[in-house]
Amino acid sequence: MEETRWPGVRIPPGPLKGRKKMEVRKHVLVPPHELMSEAEVDELLARYGITKKELPRINMNDPAIKDLGAKSGDVIKIKRTSPISGISYYYRVVIEE
Amino acid sequence: MIPKSIGSIRFRMMSPDEIRNLSVTKVITPDTIGEDGFPITMGLMDTRLGVIEPGLVCRTCGKRVDECPGHFGHIELERPVVHVGYAKLIKNWLNATCSNCGRITLSDEKREKYLNDLVRAKEEGSDTDRVIDRLIKEASMATVCPHCGADSLKVNLDKPTTFRIENSKLTPTDVRTWLEKISDEDCELLGIGYGIRPEWAILAVLPVPPVTVRPSITLETGERSEDDLTHKLVDILRINQRLRENIDAGAPQLIVEDLWELLQYHITTYFDNQTSGIPPARHRSGRPLRTLAQRLKGKEGRFRSNLSGKRVNFSARTVISPDPMISLNEVGVPLDIAKELTVPERATEFNIEDLRNLVRNGPDAYPGANYVIKKNNLRLRVTEVNRGDLAESIEPGDVVERQLIDGDAVLFNRQPSLHRMSMLCHRAKILPYRTFRLNPLVCSPYNADFDGDEMNLHVLQSEEAIAEARSLMSVEAHLLSPRFGGAIIGCIHDHITGLYYLTHGFNELEKSVALRILSGAGIDKAPEKLTGKEIFSLILPQIDMEFKAKICEHCEKCDKENCPNDAYVVIRNGKLVKGTIDDVAVGAFNGKIINEIVKEYGDIAAKDFLDAASKLSLSMLSLMGFTVGIDEEDIPLEAQEQIQEILDGAEERVDELIEIYKRGELEQAPGRSLEETLELEIMRILAKARDDCGQIASKHVSSENSAVIMARTGARGSMLNISQMSGSVGPQSIRGERISRGYEHRTLSHFKKGDIGAEARGFVESSYKKGLKPLEYFFHSMAGREGLVDTAVRTSRSGYMQRRLINALENLKVDDDETVRDPADKVIQFLYGDDGVDPSKSIEGETVDVDSIVNKIMRGE
Repeated sequence: MEETRWPGVRIPPGPLKGRKKMEVRKHVLVPPHELMSEAEVDELLARYGITKKELPRINMNDPAIKDLGAKSGDVIKIKRTSPISGISYYYRVVIEE
Repeated sequence: MIPKSIGSIRFRMMSPDEIRNLSVTKVITPDTIGEDGFPITMGLMDTRLGVIEPGLVCRTCGKRVDECPGHFGHIELERPVVHVGYAKLIKNWLNATCSNCGRITLSDEKREKYLNDLVRAKEEGSDTDRVIDRLIKEASMATVCPHCGADSLKVNLDKPTTFRIENSKLTPTDVRTWLEKISDEDCELLGIGYGIRPEWAILAVLPVPPVTVRPSITLETGERSEDDLTHKLVDILRINQRLRENIDAGAPQLIVEDLWELLQYHITTYFDNQTSGIPPARHRSGRPLRTLAQRLKGKEGRFRSNLSGKRVNFSARTVISPDPMISLNEVGVPLDIAKELTVPERATEFNIEDLRNLVRNGPDAYPGANYVIKKNNLRLRVTEVNRGDLAESIEPGDVVERQLIDGDAVLFNRQPSLHRMSMLCHRAKILPYRTFRLNPLVCSPYNADFDGDEMNLHVLQSEEAIAEARSLMSVEAHLLSPRFGGAIIGCIHDHITGLYYLTHGFNELEKSVALRILSGAGIDKAPEKLTGKEIFSLILPQIDMEFKAKICEHCEKCDKENCPNDAYVVIRNGKLVKGTIDDVAVGAFNGKIINEIVKEYGDIAAKDFLDAASKLSLSMLSLMGFTVGIDEEDIPLEAQEQIQEILDGAEERVDELIEIYKRGELEQAPGRSLEETLELEIMRILAKARDDCGQIASKHVSSENSAVIMARTGARGSMLNISQMSGSVGPQSIRGERISRGYEHRTLSHFKKGDIGAEARGFVESSYKKGLKPLEYFFHSMAGREGLVDTAVRTSRSGYMQRRLINALENLKVDDDETVRDPADKVIQFLYGDDGVDPSKSIEGETVDVDSIVNKIMRGE
């Protein structure tokens, strides 16, 4: 690791070109996204008495769910940290573009 | 009238045939009124378009003024023109289609794909516009039509209404023939909708709105003044006529085209007179005309001014003034207003005699009644003449509109209505004179003062509304703010000073004195001798609390109960044992005791406590007397000399520092330039000088001084204010820096260029009592003006920000299952606020108050 003039800031070794792109979903500020099973989705929809139409949406190409292999109509469970309740869950249905 | 419910509304373009079918007459004459003084047939004021003059009869429906709704006419345009509102869309349609065959310039497979996407988006309920945007973008890229092989060139829009391919202009006629080629199926894909033709966006016929939409006014001189829309229509008709004459006469192409463009200009400004790229059409006087778009747009437009903001009946507005003797949930209503405002009350066998008496009193003798609505919906005005007979005629089922009486539920409101506490439900109390009276305790939620503020009052008209307002909007229900979960209504100014004098220390009071103080709070028993703390305890419910008062001096080691300043409040079993009541205990925006009472005993108890506490404190103050005068802030001569020494010393040190800087010996602060370091250091020295002066001044001002007590208890003012009166006003600043603007390299011509000493950069060494020197006064005004400008700028900006927030959030609601939903029942948040807690019912924002639970258990409850 290369030291810089700022304390604590270091540049990883190797050439800058051809370096792996940053993985957005591994960033600390991106909460964990998880694909829900069909049974879980049914339970969720029953719990709130809603259909998928009423769920908030997420674009299929959203960087945070790119590697989950989600299809249109799947539901993503997001575990967010909340300053109020500690942990809160959010559910978003996958849509195409 | 049969009430009808609207199933759905669809907005779309009108076809020329529809416009003609809707029309009652073709309009051809640009004149309005003939020489005989009657409207010209087939003119803009044709009586078939409706009537606005009394006495005339509409030739279409046979009705008179106010009955005839008005009817549309039409103008046949000699040449078609572009509708400005559709210009951008037309450009997209042209670019996405082939000029030769009129089909979308996409291969069949791609077209199919977009069709599927569109169907899916509709099923998902998501935005179809995004699919259409993508299609148009892709189709516009094509260079050759995949269907007929013709070249597909880019169409440009020269704003506002001219279309151009490469360098040749497309006339509206060209555009129209092109759009006519587009098939109905393609129209749907382009987002136009099935059965709606794109060529309708090129106007061949112009609807003429009814005269009722554009009434002319007759001035006192008998001169007629036409509406702006009529003026514009006259322009259109004139040009249309000239265009026709020229075409018929076989005039050269150039002249015809010029007139055509002029027609386009008039029709464009007829729709929107603020279209960018063309000069606005003006009235003879030079005022820009107010045409269709201007009537609808903006704050003064139809939507915001007439539809969202209607004027209402049963309301009143007047100046407000304080009345500490009424309860905080009452509002004093002037008798004259009470006689005008009414509440409808239905007669039953139980109240019929009372209502008869009210009607018998008539409209002039208060309390009376103004109207009687009989069972057959007949509305009768109560007059001096008929009041007796009308009273006898009342039977159960009739409704009497009686005048406002004490205890009626009314809504009271002060603009700007920034939060829900800006409109609360009070109980009316009819009082003499001409102002609304409100208890000073409720100044804080309304942010009201009495320097001329006016407020609005609305009388509730139905039992449901009254019940709802009483339970949800009452003053008691808003003692705690949903912003921070604490008291927003509480004692202010004199209330706090009064309670300080009452509860500070252990002053014993004679029974007679105590009873005088207590009488205001409605208590008439007291032991022979009692302390101020005991008096205060009489109005406290059974609560237990311990906290530090505002007057706490934050000593290194807190002695708690044994505080030498009596600043540690201990309440045991509803008795004030130790400590002084001040801003922290009962103040608005603080009010720990208020919070506790609301939580433990409910809002009614808290309201009663506040009423009693404010009355106690005011009778205490009026009993002892309380004044402030500027000469109370005078300090002895030697103290003044000390202050002068400090100021001289500071100015000297500033000069020294400048010398050091000039010699280049100043040490640079990290991250700062040399000049910044110097400036910062000077500011520090001068601010310290002011504070030191304040120290000296406060040492020589007694702690019993009225102003000092107000500052320490949090009633009003600060120690800085006092030291500015007696010590020194101190450095003046603009944008957080010393004053540097004005002349070149100096603030005023009195100083040498480059002088950055204390005096030259706005240091005020005088005190307010001593008086400011002319230059100091000037600098002080500069800093004062900055404050005024800041508030002006801030209010407009935060107002606009609030408007945008409200427009975005106004439709959201918390559902029964504590989810936040939009009107389509879509979930926005799965649990309201992530914890499902109403912040106004929380404990200063926290869901659970662990401390107080622990304390309770420790005390063994």
